[in-house]
Amino acid sequence: MDKKLEPIVKAAQEKFGAVVEEFRGELHLVIKPEKIIEALTYLRDEQKFEMLSAMTASDYYPQSAPRFHVIYQLNSLAKNLTLQARVPVSGDQPKLPTAVGVYGMTNWRERELFDMFGINFEEHPDLRRILTPEDSEGHPLRKDFPLGYEEPQFTFNYDEVALRKMFAKE
Amino acid sequence: MTQIEQVSIEKFKHLVSERALTGETMLLNMGPQHPSTHGVLRLLLELDGETVVNCIPDIGFLHTGIEKNMEAKTYQKAEVMTDRLDYMNPLGNNLAYCMAVEKLVDLDVPVRAQALRVILTELQRISSHLVWLGTSGLDLAAMSMFMYCFREREQILDIFELVSGQRMMTTYFRPGGVWRDIPVEFEKVVRDFLKIFHKRVDEYETLLTKNPLFLDRTMTLGKLDPALALSFGVTGPPLRASGVNWDLRKARPYMGYEQYDFDVPTRTEGDVYARYLVRVQEMRESLKIVEQALNKLPLGPVRSDNRKFVPPPRSEIGVSMEALIHHFKLWTEGFSAPKASVYAAIESPRGELGVYMEGDGSPKPHRVHMRTPSFDNLGVLPHIVKGALVADLVAILSSIDIVLGDIDR
Repeated sequence: MDKKLEPIVKAAQEKFGAVVEEFRGELHLVIKPEKIIEALTYLRDEQKFEMLSAMTASDYYPQSAPRFHVIYQLNSLAKNLTLQARVPVSGDQPKLPTAVGVYGMTNWRERELFDMFGINFEEHPDLRRILTPEDSEGHPLRKDFPLGYEEPQFTFNYDEVALRKMFAKE
Repeated sequence: MTQIEQVSIEKFKHLVSERALTGETMLLNMGPQHPSTHGVLRLLLELDGETVVNCIPDIGFLHTGIEKNMEAKTYQKAEVMTDRLDYMNPLGNNLAYCMAVEKLVDLDVPVRAQALRVILTELQRISSHLVWLGTSGLDLAAMSMFMYCFREREQILDIFELVSGQRMMTTYFRPGGVWRDIPVEFEKVVRDFLKIFHKRVDEYETLLTKNPLFLDRTMTLGKLDPALALSFGVTGPPLRASGVNWDLRKARPYMGYEQYDFDVPTRTEGDVYARYLVRVQEMRESLKIVEQALNKLPLGPVRSDNRKFVPPPRSEIGVSMEALIHHFKLWTEGFSAPKASVYAAIESPRGELGVYMEGDGSPKPHRVHMRTPSFDNLGVLPHIVKGALVADLVAILSSIDIVLGDIDR
């Protein structure tokens, strides 16, 4: 662990009950969903993590509590440090408070996560699908969403398969 | 035929001003097929006469599900898809991906491979900036820039073809090194390019830098405040043009960037012209790095000799049984990564290109996320175009330098 990170991690453990994990020199703070906005605000204002480098999620299906991890990769330009905050989210009606008030870039990234994982960000100003069409069904990056493939058509089941094809309905 | 759906303003009510509801301002689509949107990007504009009141970008036309597809491929095979992300910077994407894999499985890269990676990604940065300079000149009616820039870009693509056999979709960097060593002509070709390119950058600058028409179209336009830029995660030249000196090559050196002597160009104005100056200066700095790396290009292997992750050379397979087994295992099953996650980032021509990679003990990644710089850089656009003219919007959009393949993934 980087020496400069020690006081920050200690403060996060005391204030937000964060659990610390380390892998290849990268620090992960696992923070509870109800504390995350408070923690992000604290890290931005008091610990100079001015920028959120990346925001993403990971699906641990079939595990359901927690099913998702939402990942905030924080970046401090002033101190030249990175830190990762991970928030476990339950698979049953997944929701999380929005961080738009803390980092502006989460506006689009939360829309992306809503689109790809179906995680609902409460009080988000503009929660629409961003990458897939508005009328599409399902959330592609969930593990239970099938990876598309073309069903082979043979003479005995040609018409039957053709009916199921996405673009051949007309 | 399916029915064409009637789109009503209700859907965008929270994003436009009240005047749009009464019909006082006009809603206008720019794109998805428009020469100035640099790809398939749709901007829904709310216009008061010629002035932009609100701008609502609509992305996703190029969404190919690369992140999902990677989860179904082994670590070696998934790399091929990284070329298709940011198609102006395929080698940079390869580098970010390989660095993430190497960090995840703890694999070392030989020094010669590191130096080759630096040379080629810097050439890639020049070629990417050349495309930007050419197309952005085209947007501002400087037609000849396009011809000159693409002439030099062709030369760089020829170098890529020489080393990898491909002009654009190279997949030349592999986890643990590079595909194979460079041919003997490589050094001469790169030196020839370096020799002429110094003068060529001067020529571009004579055409644009002090051109009064160009200054009128770019200065004080699209001002980006540093605090806003940081909040929106804007990185790369737009951030540095706003006065924030942040370059991952300097701040967190990777691939031995700490050995090379180069400056990070910064400006404080934060307008379109400042972004132009930063990018042109960056091309000169990249030339310096290529020159230094070429001068002290170390000899030695170009791939790691850790046979559990890197396939053995062809010559060994015929004579060694272990080599044959390793080769077979690597190309059928692939290698496994531990159940953990890493984040590796590089400075791409457009900003911080990060790869979040998570393994689950199997030969296929559990999750790969590409933190692509264009996505976040475009996110700030609605905030910096308010009050600009439509013609200026074109200049501001091109100064951010977006690549739609990078945004939609």
